[in-house]
Amino acid sequence: MTDLNKLTLAEARDQLRAKEFTSVELTQACLDAVEASSALNAFVHNTPEIAIAQAEAADARLASGDAPAMCGLPLGIKDLFCTKGVPSQAASRILQGFLPEYESTVTQNLFDAGAVMLGKLNMDEFAMGSSNETSVYGNAVNPWRRGNDDTPLTPGGSSGGSASAVAADLCLAATGTDTGGSIRQPAAFTGITGIKPTYGRCSRWGVVAFASSLDQAGPMTKSVRDSAIMLETMCGHDPKDSTSANLPVPNFEAMLTGDIRGKVIGIPKEYRLDGMPEEIGALWDDGIAMLKAAGAEIREISLPHTKYALPTYYVIAPAEASSNLARYDGVRYGHRATLAQGDGITEMYEKTRAEGFGHEVQRRVMVGTYVLSAGFYDAYYNRARKVRTLIKQDFEAVFEAGVDAILTPATPSAAFGLGEMSEADPIQMYLNDVFTVTVNLAGLPGISVPAGQNKQGLPLGLQLIGRPWEEGDLLNTAYALEQAAGFDAKPGKWW
Amino acid sequence: MSIDKDTAARVAKLARIRVEEDALPDLANEFNNILTFIEQLSEVDVDGVEPMTSVTPMALPRRADVVTEGGDAGPVLSNAPDAREGFFAVPKVVE
Repeated sequence: MTDLNKLTLAEARDQLRAKEFTSVELTQACLDAVEASSALNAFVHNTPEIAIAQAEAADARLASGDAPAMCGLPLGIKDLFCTKGVPSQAASRILQGFLPEYESTVTQNLFDAGAVMLGKLNMDEFAMGSSNETSVYGNAVNPWRRGNDDTPLTPGGSSGGSASAVAADLCLAATGTDTGGSIRQPAAFTGITGIKPTYGRCSRWGVVAFASSLDQAGPMTKSVRDSAIMLETMCGHDPKDSTSANLPVPNFEAMLTGDIRGKVIGIPKEYRLDGMPEEIGALWDDGIAMLKAAGAEIREISLPHTKYALPTYYVIAPAEASSNLARYDGVRYGHRATLAQGDGITEMYEKTRAEGFGHEVQRRVMVGTYVLSAGFYDAYYNRARKVRTLIKQDFEAVFEAGVDAILTPATPSAAFGLGEMSEADPIQMYLNDVFTVTVNLAGLPGISVPAGQNKQGLPLGLQLIGRPWEEGDLLNTAYALEQAAGFDAKPGKWW
Repeated sequence: MSIDKDTAARVAKLARIRVEEDALPDLANEFNNILTFIEQLSEVDVDGVEPMTSVTPMALPRRADVVTEGGDAGPVLSNAPDAREGFFAVPKVVE
C-alpha cells in the first residue's frame, strides 16, 4: 500500500469505489508525504485532524454506497480560500491569526462532494506575484531541478504552493486562483494541468479578493481528466456572488472523447514574440502539429490588441486591488500596529498597513490609488477599461469566424531560479503573464497542459483558450493535446 | 508624466500606507517605471469605445430588501484586534 499519494483523482476515485484501499489510508499517505516535504514549503498550515475526520466520514459514505463525486479524495487548498476555523491569510502578515467564521463557496462545494482537506498552500501575498517570492511564509520551491544542478527554482505564482504540492505528489490535486495567469503559469512551470474557467463559473464568495473583475478559482491537477472532475465540483451558481453565472454545469468528464476532428484551432500571430526562447517556439510548433495530426484544422489568426494586454492589466488589477485591500485597516480582523502615545486613527491605519503589507502589495495598492485619483482616472483607468473592451472584441471576432480554441505557449520561459529576478525591474516579472493575462481581461476559459521539456529537463506547458462557457469543449481539446504529447515525466525526489 | 517625491508622498497618504521620508525617492522611481509601461495605452485609438463594466454580459441580480442574516455580533467580532462590549474599538477619533 505504498505511493497512494501518487495517484490521480480519477484513479483514486475508482480504486476507492472498488474497495482497494480506504480514504483514511490514502489520506495518511498524503499526510506522510506532506510531513516529509518541508524543503518545498508548499503546505503552510497543515490540518491532519480535519483530514482524518473527513476521510473517516468519506469511508462511511463509500461503505454505504452513497459516495459523491470527490468522496475521500485528499486536496490542498490555496491560502486565499477562507476555510472555517483554519488560518486563511492570503500569505500576508496583515491577516496573521485570522480564523474565518465561514467557508468559501468553492471549498464548501468540494467538501459537500466528499473531498478531504490536507491543509493550506503557499502563494504570493494576496496572489500578487509570478514566483511565490512575495509570501510571508517564504518561497515555495519547485520540485523540478535543472538536471543535476541543485539551484532552487520557482514553482511560479501566485499559486506556487498548489503547483509544487501537486507536482510533488503531496496531494492528489489542489485549488488555485487566477487573476492574470496564477493557475496556468505555475502549472506550466511544474508539469501539471491547470484550468481557469470562464469568469463567473466559480463563485468568488469567501475567496480573498485581489482584482474582482479578473479573479477566478480553478483546479490544479495531474491530468486533464482530473481537472474536468474537480472543476465540475467547484463550479455552480451562488447567490452570494453577484457575478456568479446562473447556468447549468455540464458533466465535463463525460465530454472527454479525445475526438477533435474538424475543430478549428487558431494560432495568434501576435503571440510569436521577438526574443522568445527557441524552445518555447519549438514547443508551440510541436503542439500545432499534434492538434493537426489529431484532425483539427489549424488557422492563423490575429488578436491585434495583444501587446496592450499587460499595460491594461497593470492599470485595472492595481486599481481594483487598491479598492479591495482598503478593508485591511486594523479594525475588523488581522494585524494592528502597536501605536505610540498620541497616535490617532490615521496613524493606526498607516502604520498597520505599512507593517502588514509586503513591498509588492504596497506598490500595487499605491499604483492603483494613483490611477484612480482625481485628474488621472480618465487618462489611466477609463482608458484601460476601453482597451479591455477592444481586447475582448479581438477574441469575439475570431470566435465568430469559427475558431473553436486558440493554442499559445503558456509561459515565455521555463521555471527560473528563486532570486534570479530579484534585481530585475518589476515589469520583467510581469512579463511572465504575457500569454495568460489576455484571457482574464476577456473573461475566457484557459487551460495549461504540460507538453514537453526543455534541454535542462524542465517542464514546459501549452495554453488552450476556449469560448466563454465552453469549458467542456476546451477540456476535450486539452485532452487530445495531452494524449498526443504523452507527457509523463516526474521530478526526481530530492526533498 | 513624471512622479516626484511629493506626489509619491501624496499617493502613500491617500493609500493610508506609511512610507518613510528616505524611501520616497525610490518609490517615485518605481511609480515612474510602471507608469512609463502603462503609457503605451495612449497609442490606442479608443474613440467611441465603451469602457468595460462587466466582462460577461449579465444583469445584476436583485433580491428582496429584507434581512437575511444578522444578530451575529460574536462571530463578526471574533477576529477583531480590539473588541469591547460588542463593538470594534479604535483609537479616539473625535476630540
